[in-house]
Amino acid sequence: MSMNTEFRPTIVAFCCNWCSYAGADLAGSSRLAYPADVKIIRVPCSCRVNPMFILRAFEKGADGVILCGCHPGDCHYSTGNYYARRRMTLLFSMLDYLGVENGRTRVEWVSAAEGVKFSETMNSFVEKIRSLGPNVRLGDLRCKD
Amino acid sequence: MQRLIDRAKALLESGEVARVLGWRKGENVWDVEPAFFASPEELSDFVYNGFCGANLSKYMIEASKLEGKTLVFLKPCDTYSFNQLTTEHRVDRETAYIVGVGCKGKLKIENIDAKGILDVQGAGYPDASEILTVKTLYGDKEVSYKDAMLERCHVCKGKEHMVYDELIGESVDTCDGDRFAEVAKIEAMSPEEKFAYFQSELSKCIRCNACRNVCPACSCRKCVFDSNKFDSAQKANTISFEEKMFHIIRAFHVAGRCTDCGECSRVCPQGIPLHLFNRKFIKDIDSLYGTWQAGAEVDARGPLTNFRTDDAEPSIVTKRG
Amino acid sequence: MLKIKRSDLGTLFAKIAENNELYLPVKAAGKTNFAAWDQDADVDLDTLKTVKSPKDAFFPQSEGLYSCDREEGKIKITAEKLQDAPFVVFGIRACDVRGIAVLDKVFLSQPVDTYYAARREHGIIVSYACGAPETSCFCKVFGIDAAQPEGDVVTWMVGEDLYWDAKTEKGQKLTAQVAELLTEADAALVAAEQEKIRSIIEKLPNSHLSLEGWGAEAAKTRFDSPIWEQLYKPCLACGTCTFVCPTCQCYDIKDYDTGNGVKRYRCWDSCMYSDFTMMAHGNNRTSQMQRFRQRFLHKLAYYPANNDGMFSCVGCGRCVDKCPSHLNIVKVIKAFGKEGK
Repeated sequence: MSMNTEFRPTIVAFCCNWCSYAGADLAGSSRLAYPADVKIIRVPCSCRVNPMFILRAFEKGADGVILCGCHPGDCHYSTGNYYARRRMTLLFSMLDYLGVENGRTRVEWVSAAEGVKFSETMNSFVEKIRSLGPNVRLGDLRCKD
Repeated sequence: MQRLIDRAKALLESGEVARVLGWRKGENVWDVEPAFFASPEELSDFVYNGFCGANLSKYMIEASKLEGKTLVFLKPCDTYSFNQLTTEHRVDRETAYIVGVGCKGKLKIENIDAKGILDVQGAGYPDASEILTVKTLYGDKEVSYKDAMLERCHVCKGKEHMVYDELIGESVDTCDGDRFAEVAKIEAMSPEEKFAYFQSELSKCIRCNACRNVCPACSCRKCVFDSNKFDSAQKANTISFEEKMFHIIRAFHVAGRCTDCGECSRVCPQGIPLHLFNRKFIKDIDSLYGTWQAGAEVDARGPLTNFRTDDAEPSIVTKRG
Repeated sequence: MLKIKRSDLGTLFAKIAENNELYLPVKAAGKTNFAAWDQDADVDLDTLKTVKSPKDAFFPQSEGLYSCDREEGKIKITAEKLQDAPFVVFGIRACDVRGIAVLDKVFLSQPVDTYYAARREHGIIVSYACGAPETSCFCKVFGIDAAQPEGDVVTWMVGEDLYWDAKTEKGQKLTAQVAELLTEADAALVAAEQEKIRSIIEKLPNSHLSLEGWGAEAAKTRFDSPIWEQLYKPCLACGTCTFVCPTCQCYDIKDYDTGNGVKRYRCWDSCMYSDFTMMAHGNNRTSQMQRFRQRFLHKLAYYPANNDGMFSCVGCGRCVDKCPSHLNIVKVIKAFGKEGK
């Protein structure tokens, strides 16, 4: 990473296979732009995301982590996202408690038909992370050089 | 104490129990150790005093696999852990004969040290008195019993045993503090202050894993942090992040299952207030999903294995500021 | 014999730090551990035992060995820089100084551990006599005199003065650097303080623990004893005893993938852990009883067997204070003594 250029955050987006990943596909095929800073990791369901995944993403250099899944009630597996919702609420609250800046983590529900919402969500999330700057508090120093 | 020994002897002799799980006296008054007693003769080393803070529920995981019943002595707060372990099928209720023992609050040797009383050899605490008399090489000292108590006893869950076969001894509710006061104090800090506070506490962590190994909720056969396929392994504290990762994940894994027994904070050699992680989750669970006490009843469905369709969105964390 | 007023110690530390890195007992977040000195450090010379021993100064809990990075399609290996500047560790107690002697026998014998050797070469030990020994101390058992520690410089706190006695060339060099702050002193007061310390140590409950039956032969005579089976039961398999111990020297070597390269580091290992000495075929100690036995036989039998009978326990008593289940080496020694086996 060069020191002279503007801060380009690394964003990890966990997207569920059935809704949000398809939503990202739709955004792509509809030629809706969202920043290349977003790296998508496909997961079978939003509830597959273990809190460790999120911390590991930060550890290895992510500046922001977003989880996208089906809208509550529309989970492919009926209830997976309801569990994910509770877990993420508690995890985000814990990160806030430890002094990690608010807003580095986010959950959005994006359906397969919401290519526009996917693109808008990513644009606004990247904007938010740019304003927060690089992640220092949750990173591993060994990954920085 | 004699009543406990007599009862244990009787149960051993009648063959109703195959072994007794209790505490064995040490070299000094404070270094009692959890112990199994297999015969009535061995019970001569049995002790029950103010330093018997160890929660024996965790030892029941192994004892439960043995032949015959195990007599286990549980204090009121230990019974929550026992129930939780039963709920999770880690301990079989049928293998335990539970004697609920009276508890008047347990002591922490470090708290006595912190009062400038070093070299504790003996300590006397007559039933009626509120003062602990401490015998040291440098003379007898006095400290109030409350000051020497474990943090968890100041937020005592009460004198009721949640599960038992019989009760021996009287308990006292020693609660004189607000369980969530410290958590609320930290929540009110700025992000910078919060970060600095946890950084200073967690940077003491030596990754000894005592908190994990003593925790009755940490009952995984193999912990993810013991996996050699995972490069943030269990014993390195190369930089501060690894401690944070470990403690966040540990607290998260026991969230909704943690009975707030306080063993993690009791055993930490560096005195890290680890209960502050667990209590943060408990406080959030209580306020978001309804009041919940793990281990209060057997086979209850915990808050993280449950949901409501109208649960709060994760963005509530940002909104409430 | 020289001395300096206790109230002037801040100036002394600042002066030492002008030419050396300085490590000493610092209280942070309620606990005292050896740490780097700075103007704001809360130096704590009153706490008898730091939580961790000062062995970190010579053998850190984790340290980088080398890193591998990609450079123009090739792999570049950069070795970690060895210690090349002098540093002072101030306030090491007699038992912990002996602990370093125990480590020396391991790391300075062939093959020499270069990382450790570099730190030993540049490290200056300023030891500090124990004013008020405690019940958990049993250094006398191992022939250590808490009133007269080893070290490059030996110090005593008598009343409001710190007495300073340089013992080695390194110590004299350090003394010369701070000479302007020290004044000549009468050794008689130190001798009186030493008498006081020794008389307290006589009274400690474990000062006369018998080591009969321990040593090289115990590896044969006590290995199969049924006592181990009774002793280990409360052990939680945590690593507290090994990590606070001044003589535990086992380490593990690990690779960390940074995403851009690999950092190889070593970190303390603990024989209490299930993956200790894990090899391709598995593990040679499969039960906690075996791991527990390993730790104590290492201190009291295997190490003496390889080092002319020197025990690798120094009687600091940290395990006595810190074990969550209150198991410790004193209980082990006594259990075997009681059985007379």
